[in-house]
Amino acid sequence: MIAIVDYRAGNLASVAVAVDKLGYESKITSDPTEIARAERIIFPGVGAAGSAMANLHELGLCDALRDAVAAGKPFLGICLGFQVLFQHSDEDGGVDCLGVLPGNVIRFADEMREGDALGVLKVPQMGWNSARFLREHPVWADVPEGAEFYFVHSFHPVPAATDVACVTSYGVEFASGVARDRLVAFQFHPEKSGRPGLKLLDNFCRWNP
Amino acid sequence: MLSKRIIPCLDVRDGRTTKGVKFQNNVDIGDPVDMARYYYEEGADELVFYDITASSEGRGIMLEVVRRVAREIFIPFSVGGGLNTLDDMRAVLLAGAEKVSVNSGAVKNPDIIRQGAEAFGNQCVVLGMDALHVGVSAAIPSGYEVVIHGGRRQMGVDALEWAQRAESLGAGEICLNSIDADGTCSGYELNLTRLISTNVGIPVIASGGAGKPEHLADVLQDAQADAALIASMVHFGGYKVKALKEHLHAAGIKVRMTW
Repeated sequence: MIAIVDYRAGNLASVAVAVDKLGYESKITSDPTEIARAERIIFPGVGAAGSAMANLHELGLCDALRDAVAAGKPFLGICLGFQVLFQHSDEDGGVDCLGVLPGNVIRFADEMREGDALGVLKVPQMGWNSARFLREHPVWADVPEGAEFYFVHSFHPVPAATDVACVTSYGVEFASGVARDRLVAFQFHPEKSGRPGLKLLDNFCRWNP
Repeated sequence: MLSKRIIPCLDVRDGRTTKGVKFQNNVDIGDPVDMARYYYEEGADELVFYDITASSEGRGIMLEVVRRVAREIFIPFSVGGGLNTLDDMRAVLLAGAEKVSVNSGAVKNPDIIRQGAEAFGNQCVVLGMDALHVGVSAAIPSGYEVVIHGGRRQMGVDALEWAQRAESLGAGEICLNSIDADGTCSGYELNLTRLISTNVGIPVIASGGAGKPEHLADVLQDAQADAALIASMVHFGGYKVKALKEHLHAAGIKVRMTW
């Protein structure tokens, strides 16, 4: 069974629907025991890091998530569930995060420009952008090169370690994914990224490292 | 580099897609779920559903449509039309939409934007706004006035000021419709779009007036819109989303070409 972690961070229905459509059983849960029992974990979320961390503490999920990663369960972080895996986020005046991955989360700079576009870049980055994968991995096997994914975010991680899976360019080139041991995590939303996203999600659901 | 988005818009009434001109003479053009699947396969980057059902019974029908759409397409979609309370928004989001769009309700009660952004996140709340060219005056310094009810009621509010206020209240995106251009198929209102898009920090979706591929190129490039809403030109078979994207790609505009 796949546990989809519910920590009141946005709508989890779309992740559950996508997993169900792919033919896997999942359960939306905020119960640490169920997370401990689950075969693999999806840690999604949209919203802000401050309230996300407050909810994770209140629900007693911080250790459950760290334990799941330490136990080597296949673990997928998405969007906010990617960012709060790091040590610290600048969002909401600064908040300590789970510390599963080394590095910090910072905001996109103001007045960023790109290419020959006329205006400054909007923040949040909202829409489709490509992720350039830096190495091969079962979770993104057969995802076409140049495929684009759906992003919605104002902050991005700056990983301290060299486990960056993919990079994306938005004014600055940032780490849009990390893969370390049995953990993979992405800034974009595979569940909302059409066929390439579903392929990645499907790969994760059948990944047996 | 971020792609410009092409977003088909579906007006839904009593569970069926409909298309009227200037909000009148609505004709049934199909099942919204079938159409959503079709546009998803064709490479649409996002979809917008606008519920123009008048009755409260129709709301339940719309939620069922949203639930069915969420099982068929794996790109973001927003739902607007008659969402005036947090409960209205929550119902649509729980049914599977990524975003909610508020329009007339927000003009009457701007705080709904703040409430929605706090409850669901800024990225969830789209401000839909209809603007009418009225000429520059002391009350309307930008020359564009906010209107509601399909343009029938002028609100005495400046369009640029309203867009900036909505941004400060927490709107994550603006869907900007020109009442003057809407239904004409003669091109987007470029001045209006440029004015709003270059004076807010959030993405702007241009709406109203699309009739030819060149119109999309104009609004995305010259008027600096982040996305283009389309309706008639694709609903009635004249153009396909894929062909529109090929046109834009050939014109040097970054659009998503692999899906």
